[in-house]
Parts: sequence; structure tokens; C-alpha cells
Amino acid sequence: MDKTSLQNLTRGLVAENPILVMMLGMCPTLGVSTSALNGLGMGSATLLVLLFSNAAISLVKDIIPPLVRIPSYIVIIATIVTVVDLLMAAYLPALHAALGIYIPLIVVNCIILGRAEAFASKNTLGQSLLDALGMGIGFTLALTTLGIIREILGNGSVFGLSFLGEGESPILLFIMPPGAFLALAFMIIVFNHLRKREAKS
Amino acid sequence: MTYLLIFISAVLVNNIVLSQFLGICPFLGVSKKISTALGMGVAVMFVMTFSTLATFLIYHTLLKPYNLEYMTTITFILVIAALVQMVEIIIKKASPPLYQALGIFLPLITTNCAVLGIAILTVQKDYALLPGVCFALANAMGFTLAIVIFAGIRERLAYTKIPQVLQGTPISLITAGLLSMAFMGFAGIGR
Amino acid sequence: MAQKKSTFWNMLLTLSGIALVAAFVLSFVEGQTKDAIDKAKTNRELEALAAVVKPFDNNPFAEKLSLPIPHKKEKLELYPARKNGVVNSYAIKTYSDKGFAGRIEMIVGFFMDGRINNFVITQSQETPGLGTKINDEKFKAQFHGLYPGRTVLKVRQDGGEIDAVTAATISSRAAVDAIRRAIDAYHNFYTGNK
Repeated sequence: MDKTSLQNLTRGLVAENPILVMMLGMCPTLGVSTSALNGLGMGSATLLVLLFSNAAISLVKDIIPPLVRIPSYIVIIATIVTVVDLLMAAYLPALHAALGIYIPLIVVNCIILGRAEAFASKNTLGQSLLDALGMGIGFTLALTTLGIIREILGNGSVFGLSFLGEGESPILLFIMPPGAFLALAFMIIVFNHLRKREAKS
Repeated sequence: MTYLLIFISAVLVNNIVLSQFLGICPFLGVSKKISTALGMGVAVMFVMTFSTLATFLIYHTLLKPYNLEYMTTITFILVIAALVQMVEIIIKKASPPLYQALGIFLPLITTNCAVLGIAILTVQKDYALLPGVCFALANAMGFTLAIVIFAGIRERLAYTKIPQVLQGTPISLITAGLLSMAFMGFAGIGR
Repeated sequence: MAQKKSTFWNMLLTLSGIALVAAFVLSFVEGQTKDAIDKAKTNRELEALAAVVKPFDNNPFAEKLSLPIPHKKEKLELYPARKNGVVNSYAIKTYSDKGFAGRIEMIVGFFMDGRINNFVITQSQETPGLGTKINDEKFKAQFHGLYPGRTVLKVRQDGGEIDAVTAATISSRAAVDAIRRAIDAYHNFYTGNK
């Protein structure tokens, strides 16, 4: 793989991580990260939408007049989200029920439109797919990690397997709304600290 | 009474930002000053109420009778986008001072997930027309309340010495977390 | 290829074209997934049913009855479970609109003597990891074998005998509300059958 391709792929993982650095897509991040599995499910759904939307937009970018660019992108993205929504309802009903309203809201997840506008509208199909893959995986990783942290602290379990003994109770706060803000804040602190240390060495 | 309950529930108990996590992007993004936060809040109130009215009518006259519920997402986002553009044009013509105040916030609202979220929730919750519109207005007021309080705290924070690791996003998130904790105190009112 | 100019006709054509393709794709996918979505729903309902009634060999959904609720206009559905032709328990589909995020639907199973067997939430938009815990065994265990009428069916916060799920009082209240609705309907049916 040549250098630009590699850069496009890895950019979303750390340097421009959608959640931890760019602060995009915060609503699903805070809303569905109550458990590791929900985080993973939401991340994968977003990754899927991102792949298809980046691909579609990089293919049609030349036939869309600049003035109607955004409306066109929104229609394309909304279509893809609905398709993913329907597929999940049909083949992953349990996960679909758990994620609820956040699935249709992928439409307004700033990551999708952001990547469409900033990357896919200017690059080839291949590069756009790499970009989508990197961003999607970066989003999923951060979301799942946040889900794991909140599930361990707030529910005393990892991926649904409880490790609490009889009579022990978890710190419920962490699966409640304030816990989402606090857990993400501390996650970003640790992330920034690690990156700074990396940069120094 | 029902309407009072809708308002209390949406503004205080189930605050759209602090407990439903809708509209987090503008909440974190345009909350550095109280005046801009207020502008954003008013713009959201405007758009959310009218878009919910429009999407409600479309859902019940077109989508539901023809079994096109699967088109909900795509129709609603288009209606909202179109409505935002229209509101922008109308305000620009009708009231330049208002446009000066709200203009820059309007384009941002299309991708405010709170607007789409509330439009979808209103039809999902099977509200009738009037309670549905009230529900939207109440949620928008909840958004405004949250963002204005948050901006007020952030204005003060600007004069405070913050440990270096907390600067930027982390301190905003921690503040939001504490605010959300405070709003949890309203749980149970009205139910 | 050069970018197209933003003339009126270009814009109109492009947007209409995209909308047309979108509508086509969506109706196609909807058609393809409709059966699977319906099947997933029926499967979920059958699974839920099996969890609240005694083992059966009929199709309880095919024998559904409409139960009126005293003093109310609405009706609930009742499904009799049969083994070798004999009814051994009943399930009632009920709901509550007092959920944290809208309607909660559940299916409640009754023994022949009127005791509650179990219930399963079939549809809800409660907060994942919090409100959804009303479907956990810890909360449900309080209802197994419970005689309606001998227990005050309210959450403890409201002066009843049901322990609400921690931090999900509203969801717990809604669950109790749905169960009481089923009991009301079943009571009518039960006393009428005697």
C-alpha cells in the first residue's frame, strides 16, 4: 500500500479520531454507550453507513451541481441509513430494538456528512473507502471502549457477563446520563495524555 | 394539565440534551457565550416547532395511510432541510435584525439531531397534533434552558485556572456531567 | 469530468434523479426485508409467549380472543395455550403508555387459577441498561406465582409492594401499570368463565 492510502486509512484511528479528537457524532456516543455490546453495534452500523455513503458520493460527485450538493448528500445518506435500518430490523432484531431511535439518527451524525463533504466529494472511490474504513473503525473503537468502561463501572459486567458477587452493587451513576459525560471526559484526558507522551518519546 | 405535564417532563425531567443526548453537537459547540447560546436556543425553538408540525402532518396524511412508514427518516430530514432554508429566506426578507441574530445558526440546525429526533419521537409516541407540537416546543425550551445555563457556567470557567490536562473538551464534558446530575434531581416530578 | 454548472435545470434534474433512485432502492429493500421483519416479529412473539405459559402444542395466536377491560373502551388480546387440546394457561398482550420513552408492550402469562406466571417485554424504547432492566429476572421474580388481589400492585415509592428497578422507577411503574391492565381484563374473563 502506498503512503497516502495508508495515511487515509489510519487517520481516523488516532490522529483525527472522530470522537476523541474531532468531537463528532457525540449524540450516539453518549446515548448508546451504556454497554459494550450496544457500543459495538452502533459503531458497526455507523461504519457500514459510512462505507456506503463515502462510496456512493465519491462515485456521483462529478454529476452534482455545487449548489445542491448538501441536499443531494443528505438524500443519499438517508437512503443508506434506512436500508441499514431495515436490514437490522430483519436480521438483527435484538440489536435493532436495543439501539432504538439512534439508528435513524445516524442520518444527522456529523461524521457521515462531514466525511462526505470533506473527503469523499474530492477523492476517488478507493481512497474514500479507506477513509470510511479508518474513520468508522476509529469511531467504533472509541465507542466500544466507552461502552466497556461504563458497563464495568455502572453495571458490573463486561459484554453482558456479570462479575459482581451477591450483594455487591455497581456505581449506577455510570450508566445514567451524567456518567456518560464524565466517563467520556476522563477517557479523553487519558487519550490526550498518552498521545502527548508518545509525541515526546 | 396534560400540557403542563408535557412541559415539565420535557424541560426538566427528561431534558433533551442532558438526559436524552440529542443535540449535543450545538450544545458543546455554540455555548461559549450566553448571547450566542440564547440565539441558538431561539432558532431551535423556531425550527423544531414548525418542523414537527410539518412532519406530523406529512406522516399522518401521506406516510401512514399508504404504508410508507419506512420512508419516515428520509422524508423528515428533507422536510427539515427545506424548512430551514425557507425560514432562512423568509427571515432574511421579513426581518433583517432577526436574521442578523439567528442567521448563522440556521444552517447548523439541519444537522442538529435534536430536530430530527423530536420529529421522529413525536410520531413514535403517537401524540395527537396539539400535544405533539407542544411536546416539540417544550423540548426546544429544554434545549434552550440547558444550553444557556451551560454557557453561563462556561463564561465563568473562562476566568478560572483549570488544570492543564482538563483544558478544552474534558472540562466542558465534566461541567455537562455535573449539570446533568443536577437535572436528575427533577426525576419523579409530574409522574 | 468537470463539475456541472448550478443551473436551474441541472439542479432540478440531479435532485429528481437522486430522489427517484432513492425511492426505488428503498421500496426494493423494503419489499425484500418485509417478510424477514415480520418473521422476526412473529418469532419474537412466539418466544415471548413460550416464556410466560406452560408448554403448548397449539398455535395460541390463531385462537386469540378479544378481552374487554371493565369501564374502558379498549380491548386486550388473550391467547389460550393448549396441550393435547386442553387449555393449560393463558397469555395476555398488554401495554402501558407511562414508559420513560413511550409505549411499553408486554405479554403476561396466567395460570388457570388466576395466578400470574411470568411476563416478557416485547417492545419498549426504555433506556438501554436502565429501563430495560424491567425485563430482567431480578425484577420479574417478584411476580412469579403472585395472586392478583393479595398483593398491592404498585411500586414501593407509591405505597405498594413491588420493588422498582434502581434508578428506573418510571419504567418499573409502567411495567406494573401494564400488568394491572392485563389483570383487570383477565379478572373479567376469569369470573365470567366460572
